[in-house]
Formats: sequence, structure tokens, C-alpha cells
Amino acid sequence: MKIMVNDEVHEVSARTLAALIDELGYSGARIATAMNGDFVPVPLREKTDLRDGAKVEIVAPMQGG
Amino acid sequence: MTALFYGVELSSPLMLGTAQYPSPDILRDAVLAAEPGVVTVSLRRESAGERAGQAFWTLIRDLGVPVLPNTAGCHTVKEAVTTAHMAREVFGTDWVKLEVIGELDTLQPDVFGLVEAARILTEDGFKVFPYTTEDLVVAERLLAAGCEVLMPWGAPIGSGKGLNNVFGLRALRAHFPDVPLVVDAGIGVPSHAAQALELGYDAVLINTAVAKAGDPAVMARAFRLAVEAGSLARKADPMEERDMAAPSTPVVGKAMLA
Repeated sequence: MKIMVNDEVHEVSARTLAALIDELGYSGARIATAMNGDFVPVPLREKTDLRDGAKVEIVAPMQGG
Repeated sequence: MTALFYGVELSSPLMLGTAQYPSPDILRDAVLAAEPGVVTVSLRRESAGERAGQAFWTLIRDLGVPVLPNTAGCHTVKEAVTTAHMAREVFGTDWVKLEVIGELDTLQPDVFGLVEAARILTEDGFKVFPYTTEDLVVAERLLAAGCEVLMPWGAPIGSGKGLNNVFGLRALRAHFPDVPLVVDAGIGVPSHAAQALELGYDAVLINTAVAKAGDPAVMARAFRLAVEAGSLARKADPMEERDMAAPSTPVVGKAMLA
């Protein structure tokens, strides 16, 4: 199915957010996730099912003021 | 007495931003020279290939300075609240510098959204450092929403104009003598930072003034010395201003030569 990750379309086989993170190569990274505008904490990623067209945000530490 | 920020005493009244440095090495040198009490950090989209955020996190973690994540760039309550939640998980702290930007030319806070987001986040257990204006009524609302620190601007973010409204900042300090206050944004040179501390502010947050200096590490050291000078001056209880001159050299005993 097609998932938008950080505003880019990805064709993925993952069915959960946790599987998506593995499939896209983020395993082990210090990241946080949101789906369709809502925060998804780490313990809920496995229980969060993906739907076609879902919008996922994957963020990490960055410089800030 | 040194102010406590949600029960925590900072090692320095200097809070340093980590953005806009020419290189990671210069950022590191600047942090080492500034000896800040906290560094501010943010969240941005991560690419699985580049993993830029992971390298940045390693640099910050190794510096050993407490972090204060921000919600910079958020324009709505929903964005700011979601960003704060993501920051809490990534950085492992419930401190958040809450920014809800209301206007692009001045980057001034949307104080209505700010109060609403602050209430939601404090109810969720966050310790909110709200980026606000010097408005007393907004300050009251933020405190009522559960904030225990206020961070009024000195001038627009990145402008370097210093303390635009000294009267307003002084009034805020006088009105809330027991609330930790931080001047955030607009400070351009170390004398501005010293002035904020002389006014009785408990800390200053600096980013662009250090990062965009010709030599950020030297400027960082200058700011460290400025906040030390400002803190000492405040403790020493500055003299009263007066409108007319008063001779400092005693007149009594002066030779009569006229």
C-alpha cells in the first residue's frame, strides 16, 4: 500500500507502524512518530495499523533555538 | 538566591540554542565556552539514509548539558502539543520550551494558542517554559494554566535588538517577584544579557547572537562572562538612578583656590 512518510510517497508491505519503521531502515534510531497528525508513542507502534494513504511523520533530534 | 526551574537549579543563567552554527565542531566549541545551564534542541524530519539527527544527538549527549526541547515553527495548538509529546519521548525530558508562533514578520507568539497549549501540556505532566511577550495579563493566564516559568521576548527572534521594552520587562519582574523569568529572543550582544540579569531576570536564552558571530566560541565566552557580571550586579543591589548630578568626590576640605 502507499504511505506518505515525511511528505514522500512510499510503496510498502508493512501493515503496522512498527513494521514500517523497520522496512524503511529506521531500526535502532532515536526517532518519534506521528500518524495523521497524532503522536504515536513507541509502545503503540506495533498496535498501530497502517491504512492506504496514511500520513506518517518520523522526526529526530535537530538543532534548535 | 538562584531561581529554581521546576525545582531544578541550573549551573548557569545562560541558556544556549544549538541552531545555525557553521559546523558541529563550532557548536561544540561554543557550548564548551558558554558553559550553559541548558541547551535548547528541536525535532525535524529524519531521513533513514542520512540519519543526521542521530549524529546531532550523539554530539549533544556527549556534552552532558541538560536539554530543553522546543516546539519552534509550530503555528497551531495541535502542532505544538504533538511536537511536545514527540520531544518528550525522544529527549527523555518533560521540559518543553513552548512556542506557538502567531505572526511571521516578528515571530511573535500567538498568546491565545500559547495559553491553551500550555494548559493541555501541563495537564499531561509537562513542565512548560512558554515563549511569550511581556504582557502581564498573558503572564497571569500562563501561570493559571500551570506554567511555573515565563520566557518573555526581549525583541523579535533573531533580530539582535536587545531589550525593546525595558519598562515592560521591569514591570513583569516586579509583578511576579517569585516566578523564574527568562528573557528569550532578541538578545544581540553580551551587554543585553547583562542588562536582563541586572533587571532581576533569572536567565537569558541566546542562540543567533552566538551562532552568527564571526567567532562563535569567543562570543559564547563573552556571554558567559556577561551573565556572571549581570548576576553579580543584581546580587550587589545597584544604586538608584537620579536625574541630576551628585558629586562623587567629597567637596569638604577642597582647597580654596578661586
